[in-house]
Amino acid sequence: MIENLDLGMVNWARAQFALTAMYHWIFVPLTLGISWIIAFYHTIYVRTGSEEWKRLTRFWMKLFGINFAIGVATGIIMEFEFGTNWSNYSWMVGDIFGAPLAVEGIVAFFIEATFFAVMFFGWNRVSKGFHLFSTWMVAVGSNLSAVWILVANSWMQYPVGQAFNPDTARFEMQNFFEVALSPFAVNKFTHTTSASMMMGALFIISISSWYLLRGRHVIMAKRSIVVAASLGLIASIFTIFNGDESAYQIAQVQPMKLAAVEGLYEGQTNAGLAVFGVINQDKKVYDSQPAFTGFNVHVPGVLSLMANRSFGSFVPGMKDLTYGNAEHNILGAAQKMELGQKAVASLDAYRQAKKAGDAAAAEVQLAAFNENKVHLGYGYLNKADEAVPPVALNFYAFRIMIALGILFPLIFIGYLLFSYRGSLERKKCLLGLGTITYVLGIIASQAGWIVAEVGRQPWAIQDLLPVTVARTNLTAGTVQTTFFMFLVLFTLLLIAEISIMAKQINIGPEEN
Amino acid sequence: MITQATDRPWLATRIYRFYRDGFRQMTVGRTLWKIIFIKLFIMFAVLKLFFFPDFLATRFATDTQRADYVIEQLTRPDPAMFNPSKEDNHD
Repeated sequence: MIENLDLGMVNWARAQFALTAMYHWIFVPLTLGISWIIAFYHTIYVRTGSEEWKRLTRFWMKLFGINFAIGVATGIIMEFEFGTNWSNYSWMVGDIFGAPLAVEGIVAFFIEATFFAVMFFGWNRVSKGFHLFSTWMVAVGSNLSAVWILVANSWMQYPVGQAFNPDTARFEMQNFFEVALSPFAVNKFTHTTSASMMMGALFIISISSWYLLRGRHVIMAKRSIVVAASLGLIASIFTIFNGDESAYQIAQVQPMKLAAVEGLYEGQTNAGLAVFGVINQDKKVYDSQPAFTGFNVHVPGVLSLMANRSFGSFVPGMKDLTYGNAEHNILGAAQKMELGQKAVASLDAYRQAKKAGDAAAAEVQLAAFNENKVHLGYGYLNKADEAVPPVALNFYAFRIMIALGILFPLIFIGYLLFSYRGSLERKKCLLGLGTITYVLGIIASQAGWIVAEVGRQPWAIQDLLPVTVARTNLTAGTVQTTFFMFLVLFTLLLIAEISIMAKQINIGPEEN
Repeated sequence: MITQATDRPWLATRIYRFYRDGFRQMTVGRTLWKIIFIKLFIMFAVLKLFFFPDFLATRFATDTQRADYVIEQLTRPDPAMFNPSKEDNHD
C-alpha cells in the first residue's frame, strides 16, 4: 500500500517519461513541418511541370519517409508508461483523454494511412491532381493528429470542461468543446505547428547548405532554400506572436511557471524581463538571498506587458504565490494547502459515509468537498514551497528557446536576401551556420518542451493532482530497468535514422 | 469507350495492385519497414508483455475495485511519503 511507496520511483518515472517524450519529440516537429513544405514543392511541380521540381519533391519526400518511419509508434511507449508507472493518473483522466485520443487514432489511421501510400506510390500511377491532393492530406492529417495530443496536454495544464466524480475517482468530461477549444489548447496547437514548420524549414536549409558548400545539387538546393526560408520566415514570425500569447496565458493560468521561468521570487509592478542572468541555485523561496548571482540584465516593464498586457501591472513572484500576498489579493500555496487538505478530508469522509449508508452525512461531505475541490492537489503537498518548480532549469531552457527563436528568422532573412542577390553560394559563413541550424532547432524545440512540462511541476494535472499521487505504487528498481532499456533502444533507433538519412543525403536526388 | 470501361479491373483489384507494386518498387522503404516491424515487435511482444503491464487492469477485476483503489490512494495518503526533501524535486 501507500506506506511502502518508494519515493525514488516518482523521479525515475518522470525521467523515463521525459526520455521517451523528448526522443519522440525529435521526430514529430520535423514530420509536422516538412509535410507542409513538401506539399508546396509538389504544388510548384504540378503547376510548372518542371522535372527539377519533381526530383526535388521526391527527394524531400524520401527524407520525410525516413523520419516518419523511425519516429512512428515511439509515442505508444508513453501510453505503456501511463498504465504502468502512472496508474492513478491514467484512471483519473481516462474519461477526458479517451475521446481526444480515440479521434486521433481514427484521423491518423484513415487520413495518414490512406494518403501516405498515395503520396509515396502515386508517381505516374494516379492523376497529378489526386496525387497532389494526397500530399496535402498527409500534411493535414499529420497536423490534425497532433491536435488531439496537444488538447490532452493542454488540459493537464489548464483542466477545463471537467468535473471530478468522487464515486469513481475520475475527472469526467462535461463539455467536449470547452476541452478541445480551450484557449490553452488552441495556442499550444498554433505554437507547436508553426514552430514545427520552422523545424521543417531548418532541416531543408541544413541539408541544402551542405550541398551548396560542396557544390553538389546546386539548383535543387537553391530552389529548396527559397521556398523553405520563405515558409520558415512566416512560421517564425507567427511563432513569436503566438509565443507571446502563450506567455500571457501562462501568466493567467500558471503564474508559478512564469515566475520560475523568469527567476522572479518577489512580485513586482513594472516587472522586467530577464534577458540574461545567472540563477542563484542556493536561493530558496523563503530566504532573502539574491535571485541572481553576478551580472544580469532586465528590460523594465516588459514582463508586466507580457503577463498582463500592461507595463505598470503587478506580476506575482514565487514568494507571493507560495505564501500569499494580501495586498494583491493572491492566495498562496500555503493557504491553498489548508483548503486542499479540507477537500481530501471531505472526500474521505464522503467515502466513509457512503460505505456506512449514511446518505445525509455523505451529502454534507460532498458539499464540503465541492467547496474546496479546486485546490485538491494542494492537499497532498507537505510544504508550500513544494509548489515551486525547478527554477534554474526553466530559466535557462526558456532563454535558450527565445534566443534561438530570434536567431532563426534572421537566418531565414539572410538566406532569402542572398538568394535574391544571387550570392548565396559565396556566403560560406552563412552556409556553415545553416548546416547546423537543424540541430539548433532541435535544441530550441526540446527547450520549449522543458519549459512547458518541467515548468508545471509538481503537477500532473495543474492544481488538482501532483505527480507524487499520480504515480503507481512500484519500486524504483522496476522503472530503472526499463529506463535503461529505453535508453539503449532509442539510441539504436537514432543511430539507424541518422545513418539511413545520411546515406540518402549523400546519394542526393539524382539516384532517387 | 465501352470496351475500355469493361476491360478496366475492379476498384479493389486496382487498389491491391497499387499497393503491391508500390511495395515492390521500394528501395530504402524495405529497410524502413524492417525497422518498423522490429520496433513494433520489441515494443509489443517484449516491452508491453513483460515490462509494462497495466497496473490497475492486472491487479483488479472490475472498475469498481479500481475506483476504490484509486480513491484509497487519494484519501489516505501518508504525508511522510510525499516529503520532497527525499525526492530532490527542487533546485
